[in-house]
Amino acid sequence: MPIISLKNLTHTYSAGTPLSVSAIENINLDIESGELVGIIGHTGSGKSTLVQHLNGLLKPTEGKVFIDGEDIWSNKKKIRSVRFKVGLCFQYPEYQLFEETVYKDISFGPKNMGMSKEEIDLSVRRAADYVGLRHDLLNKSPFDLSGGEKRRAAIAGVMAMNPKILILDEPTAGLDPKGRREILDMIVDYKKKTGSTVLLVSHSMEDVASVATKILVMNKSQVAMYGSVDEVFSRADELEKINLDVPQITRIFLGLRKRGIDVSADVYTVNEGCSRLLSLLNGGEC
Amino acid sequence: MGNIIEFDNVSFRYEADIEGEMLPLAVDSVSLGIEQGSFVAVLGHNGSGKSTLAKLTNAINIPESGKVTVDGMDTSDEKLTDAIRRTVGMVFQNPDNQIVATIVEDDVAFGPENLGVPPAEIRQRVDDALKAVNMFEFRKSEPHKLSGGQKQRVAIAGVIAMQTSCIVLDEPTAMLDPNGRREVIATIKKLNKEMGITVILVTHFMDEAVQADRVVVMDKGRIIMDGTPREVFSESDRLIAVGLDVPQATQLAAALIKKGVQISSDLLDENECIDAVCELLRSK
Repeated sequence: MPIISLKNLTHTYSAGTPLSVSAIENINLDIESGELVGIIGHTGSGKSTLVQHLNGLLKPTEGKVFIDGEDIWSNKKKIRSVRFKVGLCFQYPEYQLFEETVYKDISFGPKNMGMSKEEIDLSVRRAADYVGLRHDLLNKSPFDLSGGEKRRAAIAGVMAMNPKILILDEPTAGLDPKGRREILDMIVDYKKKTGSTVLLVSHSMEDVASVATKILVMNKSQVAMYGSVDEVFSRADELEKINLDVPQITRIFLGLRKRGIDVSADVYTVNEGCSRLLSLLNGGEC
Repeated sequence: MGNIIEFDNVSFRYEADIEGEMLPLAVDSVSLGIEQGSFVAVLGHNGSGKSTLAKLTNAINIPESGKVTVDGMDTSDEKLTDAIRRTVGMVFQNPDNQIVATIVEDDVAFGPENLGVPPAEIRQRVDDALKAVNMFEFRKSEPHKLSGGQKQRVAIAGVIAMQTSCIVLDEPTAMLDPNGRREVIATIKKLNKEMGITVILVTHFMDEAVQADRVVVMDKGRIIMDGTPREVFSESDRLIAVGLDVPQATQLAAALIKKGVQISSDLLDENECIDAVCELLRSK
């Protein structure tokens, strides 16, 4: 059974007015448990509207959202519990830090869930470990942390609720290359340790190619593609048509093919590209 | 052409926090000349001192020691601050923090109005500036309804309308999506190539730095590399060691070289890389 299942999901902003606009239209999608899904698409393609349905922040205009097989809107009073099950971390989450100490900020979610003091403590410390935040920083004011540490603290606040599904909206935006790599490694590590399902919204094809198990491409309010990294990036021509890129390394191999070199283009990381070329140079098969 | 901005052994530190502990130097003994009409990219990880350096160019930051001169004017001389800011304009990271008016053309007019430019000329400057950044058709729009890339272009138009001869942009694309980034970078290149404006672009996107004439890399407040993009990016190991990245084409070449393959180490984009690999295969 898929952990997320969307049936004919449509969301229309300002429905019934002249300004009415559908941000997502008739979406059908199943996501299996344990996947790390990279979500790509232009600004305005419907990515954010889509993810805000998964924890009930937005209510479908039409259609249904099933989490763990359960229609999340079947009982309006239960929508709160969905927010604990599906943790959503917004873009620039560090702007949402508000408590006196980092510890209190991270424990805000668990406290609202009604966890005991011991459980809260355990969750906070475990979340700090997931994001690589030193425990001595927990007693500091969040506003005394560096930019990168703030971002980690904010993500930890969502992880501390032990959600089955973690959604991160552009968690690396505005970070330098080293900071990006650290956050991506941390997400892969978190998924491995907890076995949760992770959805990662990103503008960087290189980032998505390096960590995702599946890729979801949104275009003009619709799901344009959903499949393995191979399946999606092998449709480079179609991606180009909707103005999305494939990783530079893939473009290099596509270019080689165009020059008549017999090499397959399903290459998404530099290491893979290097070993392909080496075997080609040594006369081997690719 | 001569240098429009000159850093002579400049050091700078921010004021101590409440506990009074002295902070380390944010910029440490930097000497740098920016040639008139050039396009210089400044790279560095967060905290490397690149934004501090940018703010030293137009008297937002004043050196603790050493001297910054703009067109021969010393930035530490308060009487010259206005003249310096008429020469070097700045654009910052967050488009929402730098738009002051409720209509696009009013926002662009804000700078020249403050300079005391006559109204008829302001009209002309605003129209020209908005055309230069391709935002003329949005002149009557409300800024909050624009995309991030459009807002950044309005901010750039605001600087152009002041007719500064140099523009310093501090991570202008960090908060934009790929389309917005492309729009802003295309605009910056146009200003440099067609209008001859000197551009200093602070960034940590390597694909943007590749398009500059010159790349300056900062680490711990010092300049550690300075050269053409080709020279700088051929040293991928050094860049990665200071928390930066290189384009995947360059990474691929570096990885192949490590395996003993004879390929040029200074490949900047995919076309150069494709050419080099084809060449290799042909000579095999």
